[in-house]
Amino acid sequence: MAITMTKGQVGLTGNSAVAYAMKQINPDVCAAYPITPSTAIIEDFSGYVADGAVETELITVESEHSAMSACIGASAAGARVMTATSSQGLALMWEMLYIASGMRLPIVLANVNRALSAPINIHCDHSDSMGARDAGWIQIYSETVQEAYDNMFQAVRIAENSNVLLPVMVCFDGFITSHAIENISLVDDAEVKDFVGEYNPATMLLNTDNPVTYGAMTLPDTYIEFKHQQSQAMSRSKDIALEAGKEFGKRFGREYGLFDSYRLEDAEVAIVIMNSAAGTTKVAVDELRKQGKKVGVLRPRLFRPFPFREIANALKGIKAIAILDRVDSMNDFGGPLFNEVRSALYDLETRPKVFGRIYGLGGRDYKVKDALGVFDELYKVVETGKIDTLTKYITL
Amino acid sequence: MATLKELSKQDELLSGGHRLCAGCGIPPIVRLVLRAANAPVVATTATGCLEVGTTIYPYTAWRIPWIHSAFENAAATISGVETAYRALKKRGKVTQEDMKFIAFGGDGGTYDIGLQALSGALERGHDFLYVCYDNGAYMNTGIQRSSATPFYSNTTTSPAGEVIQGKQEWRKDLTRIVVAHNVPYAAQASPHNWSDLSKKAEKALKTKGPTFLNVMSPCPLGWYTKSEDSIKWAKLSVDTCYWPLYEVEDGILRVTYKPKEKKPLADWLKPQGRFKHLFKPENEHLLEKFQARVDLEWQRLLDLDGKRL
Repeated sequence: MAITMTKGQVGLTGNSAVAYAMKQINPDVCAAYPITPSTAIIEDFSGYVADGAVETELITVESEHSAMSACIGASAAGARVMTATSSQGLALMWEMLYIASGMRLPIVLANVNRALSAPINIHCDHSDSMGARDAGWIQIYSETVQEAYDNMFQAVRIAENSNVLLPVMVCFDGFITSHAIENISLVDDAEVKDFVGEYNPATMLLNTDNPVTYGAMTLPDTYIEFKHQQSQAMSRSKDIALEAGKEFGKRFGREYGLFDSYRLEDAEVAIVIMNSAAGTTKVAVDELRKQGKKVGVLRPRLFRPFPFREIANALKGIKAIAILDRVDSMNDFGGPLFNEVRSALYDLETRPKVFGRIYGLGGRDYKVKDALGVFDELYKVVETGKIDTLTKYITL
Repeated sequence: MATLKELSKQDELLSGGHRLCAGCGIPPIVRLVLRAANAPVVATTATGCLEVGTTIYPYTAWRIPWIHSAFENAAATISGVETAYRALKKRGKVTQEDMKFIAFGGDGGTYDIGLQALSGALERGHDFLYVCYDNGAYMNTGIQRSSATPFYSNTTTSPAGEVIQGKQEWRKDLTRIVVAHNVPYAAQASPHNWSDLSKKAEKALKTKGPTFLNVMSPCPLGWYTKSEDSIKWAKLSVDTCYWPLYEVEDGILRVTYKPKEKKPLADWLKPQGRFKHLFKPENEHLLEKFQARVDLEWQRLLDLDGKRL
């Protein structure tokens, strides 16, 4: 797809923007299998391959399981590797996601968030990537097309950092972000190259002078040490992600942190929410602020590793907080974001009142009025000092 | 092709000291195939005996770059490795002129759980050799039936019981399924005939594009046979025409070994504990059925000998 810029801005869908980021990164290998709503990423990228706009070798595999398997083979061979998927595709990759991270392969995957079957549904929720939250992948969530695009570059830099060497998943909302056209600023090709740098792995299968064994069998005498090292790498990646977000800001004027705080400094009540719905919530915040109400939003970007201390610190002093999940853990105790943020708040000396709400499953609209409704509930909690329902569904 | 003397002087790419069973057919197959490469090799292995037996951390028997990732995806994994080679060579990051890519899998990882990944990789035309070591069951996990398990074989999931006498289904003809992908080279081989296996491996590795070897691999544990007799039983599987040696090159089928005297199938079955129940008088008809099917399959193959498929 030819991209024409006007005054430094270009109108792109989330999928086209991410495909364009991949074109600019120009990875060595891309192995992918199409699935709604991420299909257009691979379609656009196939166009770049067909036109010779990238040097990437594309493997059009026969399943997502094979997509991730081929990514693993290519990454272990020494290549910079990228792929994209959604929903059932990510679910089919599940086995291989753990192997990619366990082998410490810095693969970058764009996941366009879509509900999991059954019932089958092609629209947005976060059940796919949240299902993979413990797969050892760094997860970055994106509110807008611009951020999804920007996150792709940061993802490469974080993944390949020698203190990290973990795969990264960049998540953004199916249809809402993947198919909506937004005016975004593009980064110059040469600057992309400089920002992501060259990938020169310390070991690679294709170096026959130094033959290495990948994926050996471990027994109880060593397995836990491998997992411990992986866990430590995950811990270290938080600072590396922060550094990448800062450096990105310095170079391109859009700085990213571990999470995004919106009018939170003096807030009495707040909503914690991820991806595109944070934008909707911000509109509600602006409306309420006009009425003099002190409300704010915290939008986690980095969900893995989970910056629990920083999030707790940012929410300190707020009286009541609603944590909104676009996924249900089916545990009778709210979604994953609710559970983790609530747990993060446990060490605060004065704990805020907290409740969880599940919204927007399978692409159900989450509107400004829904956010206003949650803020109403929050104020009621502040007034009464009581939470009626700890977790429940909204937008039903 | 190298002589046996020359082969014996080549460096071992799969070192001794691995933990595969005594009498296992896999190591001689792997060593003969690796010797046929005549170029640097990168290999992958599906989860199974070969993987478990050669790479218990911190040891590895592989003197070549090697990767294992999961059970059902050896062909997809090698697709990635081979594609990375083309990508990095294009960019000048890898300078090695000629490299060979080999995926090894057992019948479980190839006929069954890995069939989709194999089919995909064959269709996409990657430049690699897939070697299936077919020992006729999921031996690594304790002798469960696979779609390669012989007729009436006693396995832990197709036991010879009071009512059902072992596996009731004829084995899947994987070699023909592979041939149906129109690959440039596919063959069946057996480790007892080192020269035939070496020739086929060399041919496969010389050929550009996806190639395939299906190799009979005796398993003393799963066949209930003596370790020292493995090669003997591999030979009998061929001399009874249960496991014909043939190749399909550019669409033309050629039987590469025709036994002077076709041995009765019972000669191969009788020494194997997995077929013990077939030699009870009441099961004579099963033995006859098995022999008849082997005869039919062999005749079908002979009818195609020298023909374009």
